[in-house]
Amino acid sequence: MSTADLATYNFAYLDEQTKRMIRRAILKAIAIPGYQVPFASREMPMPYGWGTGGVQVTAAILGPKDVLKVIDQGADDTTNAVSIRAFFQKVADVAVTTKTREATIIQTRHRIPEEKLTAGQTLVYQVPIPEPLRFLEPRETETRKMHALEEYGLMHVKLYEDIARNGHIATTYAYPVKVEGRYVMDPSPTPKFDNPKMHMSEALQLFGAGREKRIYAVPPFTEVVSLDFEDHPFEIQTFDRPCALCGAENVYLDEVVLDDKGGRMFVCSDTDHCEERCAGGHRGSLAYDKEAAE
Amino acid sequence: MTTDTLAFAGGFDQPVFEAQAAFRTLMDCMARPGTIGRIDATVVPPAPLNATAGAIALTLCDHDTTVWLTPALSRSALPGWLAFNAGATVTDERQNARFAFVEKGAMLPNLSLFAQGTQEYPDRSTTLVVEIDAFEGGRPLVLKGPGIRTEAEIAPVGLPDMFPHFWSENRQNFPRGVDLILVAGARILCLPRTTIVSVKEA
Repeated sequence: MSTADLATYNFAYLDEQTKRMIRRAILKAIAIPGYQVPFASREMPMPYGWGTGGVQVTAAILGPKDVLKVIDQGADDTTNAVSIRAFFQKVADVAVTTKTREATIIQTRHRIPEEKLTAGQTLVYQVPIPEPLRFLEPRETETRKMHALEEYGLMHVKLYEDIARNGHIATTYAYPVKVEGRYVMDPSPTPKFDNPKMHMSEALQLFGAGREKRIYAVPPFTEVVSLDFEDHPFEIQTFDRPCALCGAENVYLDEVVLDDKGGRMFVCSDTDHCEERCAGGHRGSLAYDKEAAE
Repeated sequence: MTTDTLAFAGGFDQPVFEAQAAFRTLMDCMARPGTIGRIDATVVPPAPLNATAGAIALTLCDHDTTVWLTPALSRSALPGWLAFNAGATVTDERQNARFAFVEKGAMLPNLSLFAQGTQEYPDRSTTLVVEIDAFEGGRPLVLKGPGIRTEAEIAPVGLPDMFPHFWSENRQNFPRGVDLILVAGARILCLPRTTIVSVKEA
């Protein structure tokens, strides 16, 4: 590592005292799965809403041997992902990748990769609003008390009202989960499609909310259950067509508008998964056929 | 080296990278109770604290954390070493301690006398770093809980016979309770408050 490239920053941007403070919060978060640990979130060289919580967690755990992957809505090539990846290349000179399999730390905004994560990997979520009860009860003093007393009736009323109004639970993202039978937790605004991947995951999952100053965690092999009712069981989204580029089924798809005449396509939200399938010879209905084009 | 200068030496050679490596081992072990990690640090704390426990102290403690020490550690040069190298202050009040250190051979203090956190803020509890003799060769204990796929087995030497009982009392107050970092030589093993410890049936 050339020290000239690291300019005047400490390794991974944060000073050591801040890292220790975040590290202590992470250890307590792991010891109490799903519980939101307050931490002294710092100003980062990017605005709130750009993943300052996730960036601080990543900076506190990152080492010179790590391989970092950053995704934004599943994609490696969107603004947020590109800028955070460049940030850590600059301040920590760390190796980066877009391949899920090669990464040791994956910082994510609102998706869990399609490929199953393994024991050597840590998933870091960027969280905008960590409190699942916040839109039901705006006072922090009250929501703290509700978590302390395990009083989650209000959340079930909310889901029930969904059913009463729409005939089904209309929550499609940030779908509340119960961790290890105790704390109700916001899985960050991931689509509920990803909720089952959190259950008994082999990878450690860390959540950082910068503006709201909270860190929480789900250790590996931990029970994560989406809230539901006996007669309205939890269901994930399904798609009636495969990915238009790689033909993948049972993956989360993004809708892409193609023209102003109603043309649209559905493609994998996980770009790495899609690219790997395309490279493996899988073809969807709108796949770009290189040989035919030449 | 005289006792007077002992306090001013023995920190990390490379504070940034060694602290990061030590923390990652701690994080992995806390997330996977029963997994044995290794912290080979350059730290030289005053006796009787060992190098790995010293490295944990420098990784996690600073002026924001108060530390409780056993009588033997309090009498050693350790309070001065912690003050100089970490900026951490020593307290006699177990209730105020964020961290507690217990050297090898010392009696395991009563866990319920340390800060347990509150029902609203269960994270405000003590983390104990306890040195024991070994992780193998003792009475087999079975671990279950978050971070463990089915169950894990350890056989620590140096914990009291009553430990599974003490630990189940700690577990009963969940989410309140203390967390434990066991150290044997350069190896560590973590028991977060969620872990259920039972004696293995013969």
